[in-house]
Amino acid sequence: MEAAAVFEIRSSDDVVRVRQEVRARAVAAGFGLVDQTKIVTAASELARNTLDHGGGGAVRVESVSQGGRRGVRLTFEDQGPGIPDVEQALKDGFTTGRGLGLGLGGSKRLSNEFAIDSAPGRGTRVTIARWNSR
Amino acid sequence: MAQNGSGSVAQAVAAHQDEIFSEWLALQMESGALRSGRIKEAELRTQCRAFLEVLREGLAEGGTDADAPVFGRAKEMLTEVSRSRGMQGFTPTETAAFVFSLKRPMFNALNRAIEAAASEGGGAVRAASAATARYTWDVTLLLDQLGLHTMEVFLKTREEVIARQGREISELSTPVVKLWDGVLALPLIGTLDSERTQVVMENLLQTIVDQSAEIAIIDITGVPTVDTLTAQHLLKTVAAARLMGADCIVSGIRPQIAQTMVHLGVELDVTSKATLADAFRVALTRIGRAVVKAPRVEAPAAGRR
Amino acid sequence: MDRIPVLKLGDALLVTVQVDMHDRLAAALEEDLTGRIAATGAKGVLIDISSLEIVDSFIGRMLDTIAAVSRMLDADTVVVGMRPAVAITLVELGLELRGVRTALNVERGMALIGRRSDAGRGGDDGGGDRDGPAAEDIDDDGG
Repeated sequence: MEAAAVFEIRSSDDVVRVRQEVRARAVAAGFGLVDQTKIVTAASELARNTLDHGGGGAVRVESVSQGGRRGVRLTFEDQGPGIPDVEQALKDGFTTGRGLGLGLGGSKRLSNEFAIDSAPGRGTRVTIARWNSR
Repeated sequence: MAQNGSGSVAQAVAAHQDEIFSEWLALQMESGALRSGRIKEAELRTQCRAFLEVLREGLAEGGTDADAPVFGRAKEMLTEVSRSRGMQGFTPTETAAFVFSLKRPMFNALNRAIEAAASEGGGAVRAASAATARYTWDVTLLLDQLGLHTMEVFLKTREEVIARQGREISELSTPVVKLWDGVLALPLIGTLDSERTQVVMENLLQTIVDQSAEIAIIDITGVPTVDTLTAQHLLKTVAAARLMGADCIVSGIRPQIAQTMVHLGVELDVTSKATLADAFRVALTRIGRAVVKAPRVEAPAAGRR
Repeated sequence: MDRIPVLKLGDALLVTVQVDMHDRLAAALEEDLTGRIAATGAKGVLIDISSLEIVDSFIGRMLDTIAAVSRMLDADTVVVGMRPAVAITLVELGLELRGVRTALNVERGMALIGRRSDAGRGGDDGGGDRDGPAAEDIDDDGG
C-alpha cells in the first residue's frame, strides 16, 4: 500500500470507495474494530459533505506514524462555496443541505485531530487524523 | 589520531581477549550475578564471550565512539541482554553491571600492553605512557556510552511490562457476569478513567450480543468517585446498549456521588436503583420472571414415598 | 437498479440491509416500504442492520425517516442487530435515533411488534402470534 493516495469524490459510489480505502488503511495500521468504525464513519460523513456541500472534490488518504503510534490521516478538499461561519457549522444540528447536520461536529468527535480551513468562495479543506489507541 | 589510539586499544583487547574474558566473568560472579538464580553460568559465559567478540570487531574496525556503525552489533547484543534481563526482573544495578564490570579487565589489558611496550625500551616507553591517558579516556567513554544504552533499553522494557500489566488489570477488573438468561451484570470496581471505560464499554456491549442479553446492570458500588467524564462514559454506554436493543440499569450510586453529580450538572437519564439486588429484581420483572418464596422441602427422602 | 428486498413476516415487514447504502438505494427503500405498509396493513417494520459495518448520519437519517413515515401509517419501526462498534460510534457521532425502537435480533424485534399489536388491539385480532413470546409481561416495563 502506498503511503498516500488521492481519490476523487464525484458520486455516491465514490463515497463507498473512500470508506473501503479508509477501512483498509485502518486495518493495516492495526486499529481495533471500534477505532476502525470511528474513522470510517468520520470519513463517510466528510466525503458526503464534500459531495453534497462542496459540489464534489477529492480526499487524500495517508498512512502515518508518530512516536511509534500508527494512524490514518484524511484531507478532504473541495472548490465549493465554502463555509461562512465555521464555528457555527461545527455545532450539531447545523446544516445547509441534506443530512442531520452532524457531519462536521460528529466527525470531529470521531477523530483525534481535526482542522478546517474554509472561507466563502474559497472552498473547504478538512483534515482529520485518528491514531491507534491500542 | 583516533585511528591510532583505537588501533592500540584494539590491539590490547585482541592480544588479551582471553584474560579479559576470564577476569570479566570472575568479577560478575563475585558481584553476585548468578546469586538470584535468574541466569545460569553457561548462559552468562556465552553472553560475555559473544559480546567481547563483537566489541573487539568494532574496535578493530577503528572505532571508540559507541554511536559509530561499527558498534551496531555490540549495541544490538546489549539490547538483547538488557531486554531479557528487564523481562526476568533483574535490578537496574544487576543489568548495568554487565557492561560496567568490563572496565577493570579492559584497563588491566591496556596496562599489560603498555608494560609489554615498556620492556622493549627506548622511545616505545614514552610513546606508550603518553598514550595511556588517551586510551583510558577512549575506553571509559565507550563503555559509559554502552552502559547508558543498556539502561535505556532496560527502562523501556520495564515500561512496556508495566503498560502490559496495566492493560491486563483493566481487562481482569471488568468481568461481565451472567445473572440470569438475558440478564448481565457489570460490577465496576475502582476509578474509571477514559481508557478503562472504553475497554469496559466494548466488553459489555460485545457480551450483550454474544449472550443476547436484554438487560445489563452496571453496578458502581465499588467506584469511589464519579467525575463528569466518567458520568458521560456511563451515559454513552447506556445509549449504545439502547441502540443495540438492550436496556441498562445503573445500581449502587453512593449518596455522595449522586450529590456530586447533580452539582456537576450531570444527570443520569437512566433507570437507577440503590443496590444490585434492587436492580436485579427490576430486571427479572422486565423479562417476565419473579422471585417467589418456595415451600420448605422437609427432607430429601420425603418425595420418594 | 438494485433494490433491497422487503419480506412479509406475519404482521411485519422485514428488510435486511446487507450492502453499502447509497442515495438511490436508500430512496428506493423508503418508497418500497411506504408502499408495502399501505398495501399489506403491516403493523411493524423490522430493519435488520446486523451486516452493516458502519452507520453514518445519512443512514441514520434514512432510518429516522422510515420510522416517521411508518408511524403515520400506524406501523412501528424496529432496528435490529446493530453491532457494538457501530453503536459506540453512533453515540459519539451524536445520533441517538430517538424515533426508532431497537432489538438485539429479528426474533426479539418480532416480539416487540407482536406485543404492540396485542396491546393495541386487545383481543379482536385473530392473528397467529397470540401465543408467541410476546405474550409474556406486557405491563411491567414501567420500571
